[in-house]
Amino acid sequence: MPKKLTGIEVYKLLPKTNCGDCNFPTCMAFAMQVAAKKAALEQCPHVSEEAQAALGEAQAPPMRTVQLGSGDTALTIGGETVLFRHEEKFHHPPGVAIRISDSLSDEEIAQRLEEVRNLRFERVGDELQVDLVAVHCDSGDGDRYAQVVSKVKDGADLPLVLQCPDPARLSGALKAAGQRPLLWAADRENWEQMAELSLKHEAPLAVRGDSLEALVDLTGKLKEKGLQDMIIDAGDGQFVERLTRLVKVRRLALQKEFRPLGYPAIAFTTGGSPLEEAAEAIAYVCKYAGVVVMENTAPEAVLSVLTARQNVYTDPQKPNAIEAKLYEVGEVGPESPVLLTTNFALTYFTVAGEVENSRVGAYIVVADTEGLGVLNAYADDKLTAERIVKTVKEQGALDKVNHNKLVIPGLAAMLRMEIQEESGWEVVIGPEDAARIPHFLRNEWRPA
Amino acid sequence: MAMTIPEAKRNWTGKINSVTIGAGSEDGGTRTSVITVGGATSLPFYHFEGEFPHRPVVAMEVWDVPAEEWPEVVQEPFADVMGDPGAWAQKCVEEHGADLIALRLQGCDPSGADRSPEEAAKAARAVLEAVGVPLVVWGCGNVDKDNDVFPAVAEALSGENCLLGTITEDNYKTLTALGTAYGHKLIAESPVDINIAKQVNILALDAGYPMENLVMYPSTGALGYGIEYVYSIMERSRIAALQGDKAMALPILCDLGVQVWKAKEARASADELPGWGDVAARGPMWEAATAYTYLVAGADVLVMRHPQAVRATRKAIERLMGEGGQS
Ligand code: SF4
Repeated sequence: MPKKLTGIEVYKLLPKTNCGDCNFPTCMAFAMQVAAKKAALEQCPHVSEEAQAALGEAQAPPMRTVQLGSGDTALTIGGETVLFRHEEKFHHPPGVAIRISDSLSDEEIAQRLEEVRNLRFERVGDELQVDLVAVHCDSGDGDRYAQVVSKVKDGADLPLVLQCPDPARLSGALKAAGQRPLLWAADRENWEQMAELSLKHEAPLAVRGDSLEALVDLTGKLKEKGLQDMIIDAGDGQFVERLTRLVKVRRLALQKEFRPLGYPAIAFTTGGSPLEEAAEAIAYVCKYAGVVVMENTAPEAVLSVLTARQNVYTDPQKPNAIEAKLYEVGEVGPESPVLLTTNFALTYFTVAGEVENSRVGAYIVVADTEGLGVLNAYADDKLTAERIVKTVKEQGALDKVNHNKLVIPGLAAMLRMEIQEESGWEVVIGPEDAARIPHFLRNEWRPA
Repeated sequence: MAMTIPEAKRNWTGKINSVTIGAGSEDGGTRTSVITVGGATSLPFYHFEGEFPHRPVVAMEVWDVPAEEWPEVVQEPFADVMGDPGAWAQKCVEEHGADLIALRLQGCDPSGADRSPEEAAKAARAVLEAVGVPLVVWGCGNVDKDNDVFPAVAEALSGENCLLGTITEDNYKTLTALGTAYGHKLIAESPVDINIAKQVNILALDAGYPMENLVMYPSTGALGYGIEYVYSIMERSRIAALQGDKAMALPILCDLGVQVWKAKEARASADELPGWGDVAARGPMWEAATAYTYLVAGADVLVMRHPQAVRATRKAIERLMGEGGQS
């Protein structure tokens, strides 16, 4: 491995103009990130060729970041720096693709595209959706393939994976595929022609082989041809074989800084029923795919995979906070209870879920506790009687109802008298355990 | 020039404890099958560098009273057996392939049916006699009541090497004493906190109950509801264990049903969530998907409810334990 440079050494090679085009405020800030392998040297558009050469390989992040597609729907994958999310965080959520075969009829294709377009879900404030469509050349007919690629590009408006290892047919489809589709894939036989197509169309290229050795051999040869944006294929083996390859590639790239495997990976599932396929897709999302290609469009299967991705790619360093404001859960009216909780996301979603289960509509006042749960917030003075009264007033919760009862968390029972004195409201102590909320709302809480 | 690929394997020094649940006649019990979990020497399913002598297992949840608060989708498969814990357990084993039965003594909850310790013990015996697989027994979650109920239950199941739970940082003395006296394994619970997880194990040891007889339960969140916190605690404790921390080297249990079936994704109808799929498929999917996520993080025992989710999870386990992990 080439020797590593320090931040200062990198800095000396930069233009030192602090122009900010790298998206860092100063050359020094950028240099530190480059030295820490969290940014790539190419992000500075002004770096000289000599500096490039001097820094070269040694400063490239251990895993390349690759963009698929362009514009609003572009997807960035790779650039990962850790094996476990608790070590730092995972950076780029893997793309989830749905596969469409060109041997389907036009009607079937139209229907599948419709399904893909409908795979959009809003969960806890995030839009979850499919990111790519993989068009598989099953027909063996180049014209048909080009036609289907064009249909899919128009119908889905998403970046494509062109699953067509035949360079001639692939070439015919490229005109209609939009910018930067992923070409799948270069192998021992076709790699030179695939490399040409990849360079000519500036399209990232997947690399396929039956062993790690074969992959390393290919990425090496392709790199010599000038390719940079490559994606490692997880192989055509069984579920656990693909998982194994994904783990090995990630470890070698990050822990051994083994450049020939320092690329994001793509994994195709074996398919099967929605329940079977979700098992594979979720495992690949957790460990360590950059793109996961699925067959099923059953909404519950895709939703569960997208949710697993949303969860696993949550930044563990960031306190998981939601916006402090007044939320309405279920059907609310003037008789509805008003509950107070913290803005620790997990607390809020647990409380909101239990309120939903109770079938009693409620207002939930979310106080800004800087992402801390009830007990921690109380201990840190982030949940005080004063703050609670101020929050409830600001959010106007009790103006919406015809009573003046405020339900506080059971764990904050000690604040009851103080809130009551400060506000004149009737303060009711709610359950300590959220699981008791439905019982509480149905049987214990009563409007005035 | 062929490039040499560095070694991808890591050398771990630790190993997860193997814990056996259930006792056959040669060990003074009546179980026709026993279950051993744990024993792993690497991260889950990294067959290329470790040994996995025991696959993860699925326990199916049975209540001593009808589980009326379960959503329709997951009550329906058991409609004919609810209220008869023995028949319910039998159905889980014979029709749905449960590796273990997890009896939850929900009926003892003082704010519910408030059943007596004797009634609880009776329900436990009924399940024991109805099936040959090992048992997990949960209290109702009310600490005082559980401490009243478990003496009778532990005695009624004496010598059967059940898995009883839970002990916590604040409440471990009753169960550790009962576990020792009547020969049961215990579940050590912690509130999504790795330090407390370790602490409970140490407290049990100080109370004279060996860690080797414990299974760790770091709390369980449903997919979409904080699963990532538990996921990372499981990964961290597994890594610590494999690096030699004996107080973390416990098999891990995930109690899925309770959390999953509260999630709106598992219970809301297609009218309430248009475009999210029919709840008859979405409910089991949510439970299975939660199980899949925990399997990757290191779950050894999954406590689940829906037959379809159980079947799919068992299939996934089979595939993950299967051939071909060397490539
Ligand atoms: S783009 Fe280059 S020159 Fe401009 S601030 Fe960044 S490092 Fe400095």
